[in-house]
Parts: sequence; structure tokens; C-alpha cells
Amino acid sequence: MTFARRIDLTVNGRPHRLEIAVHHTLLEVLRDDLGLTGTKECCLVGECGACTVLLDGISVDSCLVLAVEADGAEVTTVEGLAVDGRLHPLQEAFLATGAAQCGFCIPGQLVAATALLADDPQPTRAAVEEGIAGNLCRCGGYEQIIEAILGAAAVMAADGPAGGEADSVARGDPGR
Amino acid sequence: MRAFAYERPTDLDEAVALLAEHGPRARVLAGGTDLIIRLRDGSIRAEVVVDLKRIAELDGSIRDDGGRLSIGARTVMTAIGADPRIGRDFQALAEAAAVVGSTQIRNRATLAGNVCNASPAADTVPALLIHGADVVAVGPAGRRRIPSDEFFVRSGVTVLGPDELVCAIELPRPTIREGSVHVRRTRRRGHDLASVTLACVVGADGVTRLAYGSLGPRPLLVTDEDGLLADPAASDAAKMQRLAALFVGASPSARSMRAGPEYRLAMLHVLGLRAVREAIARLALRSGSR
Ligand SMILES: Cc1cc2nc3c(=O)[nH]c(=O)nc-3n(C[C@H](O)[C@H](O)[C@H](O)COP(=O)(O)OP(=O)(O)OC[C@H]3O[C@@H](n4cnc5c(N)ncnc54)[C@H](O)[C@@H]3O)c2cc1C
Ligand code: FES
Ligand code: FES
Repeated sequence: MTFARRIDLTVNGRPHRLEIAVHHTLLEVLRDDLGLTGTKECCLVGECGACTVLLDGISVDSCLVLAVEADGAEVTTVEGLAVDGRLHPLQEAFLATGAAQCGFCIPGQLVAATALLADDPQPTRAAVEEGIAGNLCRCGGYEQIIEAILGAAAVMAADGPAGGEADSVARGDPGR
Repeated sequence: MRAFAYERPTDLDEAVALLAEHGPRARVLAGGTDLIIRLRDGSIRAEVVVDLKRIAELDGSIRDDGGRLSIGARTVMTAIGADPRIGRDFQALAEAAAVVGSTQIRNRATLAGNVCNASPAADTVPALLIHGADVVAVGPAGRRRIPSDEFFVRSGVTVLGPDELVCAIELPRPTIREGSVHVRRTRRRGHDLASVTLACVVGADGVTRLAYGSLGPRPLLVTDEDGLLADPAASDAAKMQRLAALFVGASPSARSMRAGPEYRLAMLHVLGLRAVREAIARLALRSGSR
């Protein structure tokens, strides 16, 4: 029986080989083992979305995923959205609309929005509301967040496919 | 979270052997949207967690098996909500899968997990009951097929043995035209568990099946055989009376925090009538289009 395990994890394009405890979540490993504290820990019951990351391109609550389940996967966190110091259009739009108040929910909102726009590049307002229904904002900045996502979608459509990290992540069913 | 051992079998035999070896000390892990929470809060203690996601036979696909649609144990809600065959023949199930949690939850939550977790509020279960689904289980003695209506015992308890796991959910393709719908009542918009969750199918033969959850220890299936509910010309008053007779088994808990028992019962009848109306409209639409 194995209580610890070696896993391979590619995070924001960078490969890692890690020795982890099998009862540790992906959220814990990202924050504590890899020091990627952009992904937030909050409710730990899948309600708030502050811990949202992309697992092989698909948005998940990392507090409900064991790190060992992600063995072999590509993970994208909020730290992976900017490329070469250039902010992702979603990040630019969040800044422009003042969507970030205290900022705590914003990493999760940004990652959830990245997944939403990858699936549906020109979403309706209703689709945006549904797409971020799993991301709570204690500051109540929903109007600005929705405005930012719709604005970013328009910018990205005008600029052609943007080169965010998330866009290069392969999507499939590798068993994670 | 308390430490546990983790096993990642690559075929079904290995998974069944692990469950047989560890018995009730083992827990099956699918999407983890129920299990990880329970392991963290200590309401479930497991010594061994058996992850199903690398089992070759259990891919996430939905297969056509001669008149039946077979949904593998790893199939997630997102895939069910998006499948055109389910949308066409089992619309209530497609709608139920689409309201489970949030996008992030639906990307992980499996249909089999929703069934095995056996919450009285599980949204996909009423749809599985009205569509006549079977649960396919595998254990040391081989495979068995359990009608969904015989699968649930009470909250958190099913007829599954500790050494068995669910490998698929099977849906018989309808042989007559049908209209089906899923409706539910929650406390707020956005994601929440249901105070009432209900599915309804009306067939061209006049038979109406309704199933509802969150009103007792397990979801219940009832059938209206004589065509009254399915009759577009019958009055709402007559239908309400029929629904009241069909819903006698509802026994909402007085202790639940989501809604009081009187409210749940009242909403069950309101949603029941609405669902019947919508299912009739959908059936009529299909009759017109063929
Ligand atoms: C924020 C949030 C919102 C939610 N909203 C809803 C909602 O709106 N409606 C709803 O119905 N549910 C909801 N849920 C509950 C949950 O997402 C579903 O019940 C889900 O379908 C469970 O599937 P899973 O794959 O995650 O199961 P897991 O958590 O992996 O497993 C659940 C249980 O079933 C057992 N199990 C799983 N698969 C098998 C198998 N193949 N064979 C034998 N045993 C098995 C496990 O051992 C465990 O006991 C919500 C959960 C969260 C966290
Ligand atoms: S911390 Fe994971 S959803 Fe809230
Ligand atoms: S900006 Fe404060 S929680 Fe959303």
C-alpha cells in the first residue's frame, strides 16, 4: 500500500517530478510544494471556485482533486495566464473594468473565464453567468467581472486566437 | 485530511480484487466531488481509496449497445449534458446532468457517482427512474444488472455490496414517442442542492411516469397508467387530484435545513403539474415533427 507517491506534473508548461502524500489535494501541492499561491484556498467544499485550475485544459476545483489523480497531467494556474510578462486579455479586461476589489476570488474567476472562452469564444451574457456560477465573489463584483469577460471575448475575437498558456494545453481523456 | 492508502488499478479484475481484499475499509473514488469532502470532514473514513479513473474498460464514453445506451462509470455530467443521443431520447437526464453543481463540478462529477452516493436529493436519479435505467455492477461473482428502482435503499445506502462497483448505467432506447423533462426547486439561483427534484415522461401510449427526490429517504417512482395525466384536455384540478394520490409516499424530513416539509410537499405538486404540462408539450412537438 502506498501512502506517498512520485508524480509527474506539468504546471504552466514546466515539468515537475514530486514526491507527495497521496491524501494531499492538488490545491495543497500547488500552494505548499510548488509555492504557486495564486490559486486560493477558501471553502474546501467545491462551492466557491477560488481554487479553480485547468487540468488538461478542463476547469476543476483543485480542492476536490487529489494531487495523485493529476499524475501525468498538464495544469494551468493563474500564474500561467500571462505570457512573457504580457497579461492575458482577460487580465487586462479585469483591470480595465475594476473587477478586482479585494482580489481574492480573481484568480479563480480568471481561470474559469479562460475555460469558458476556450469552449465558447463569443458567449452571451447568460452563458457567462452560467460559466462563472461556480465562482463566488465576496465583494459582489459580479457586474464588473461579467463585463470584463464579455469585453475580453470581444478583444480576443478582434485579435485572433490569443497566445495564452491555456490555449496550447491538449484536451482529452487521459484518465485523470 | 486523514492519511489513507491510494490504489490505481488498471483493469476491473484488479479493482474488484482490491475491494474484496479491503471490504468496507476501501472506498471507490470517481470524480471525488462527494468523496473528497466526506474524507476531509471525517464523515467517511477510508483506509484505502481505489481510484477508478485508470481502468481501461471504464473509459468516459457513452456507447450504443443494440437498443440500449451504456454510460460508463467514468462519464461526467458535462459529457452527458452535451451528448446528442441523450438530448434526443432522454431529455430529462440531459437536463438533470446540466444543473448539477457548477461547470467545475460537472467536469468531475460522474453519473455513477451521483447514483452510488445515493443522496435523496441526487438530481439525475429521478430521470434515471423514469427512463427505466439499469445499474450494471461488477463484483467477485461477476456482473449483475439492477433495475434503478431496486438500487436505492435509503440516504447513502444502496444494494451494492462492499466488494462491488458500478461499471455502467444502461438506458433502454424508447420504443414509442415520448416527451420528458427535469425540473427542480432550489433556494437560490446558481448552484445549490434541490429542495425538490423531479422528472416526468409522458408516452404516446398515454402512460405518465414521475419520479421525485428530496422528499424522503430515497427517490420514488410513480406511474399513471390510465392516461389522465397525459390527456391534454383533462382539467388541472383533476390532474392535481391524481398527483396528490400518486405522491402519497412523499415523506419530507422535518429536520432538513434546505426547506420545511410543508413547503416541499406544496412545491412537489406544483412542479409535478408543470412537468406534466411540459412533457405533454414536448411529446406533441415530436409527434408533429415525424
Ligand atoms: C459544490 C457542489 C455542488 C453539487 N451540486 C449537486 C447538484 O446540484 N445535484 C446533485 O445531484 N449533486 C450535486 N453535488 C454532488 C456530487 O457532485 C454528485 O453526487 C456527483 O455526481 C458525485 O459523483 P463523483 O464522481 O464526484 O463521485 P465520488 O465523490 O467519487 O463518489 C461518491 C460516492 O459514490 C461512490 N462511488 C463512486 N463511483 C462509484 C462506482 N462506479 N461504483 C461504486 N461506488 C462508487 C464513492 O465511493 C462515494 O461513496 C454537488 C457537489 C458539490 C461539491
Ligand atoms: S476552495 Fe475549492 S471551491 Fe472553494
Ligand atoms: S474581489 Fe473580493 S472576493 Fe471577489
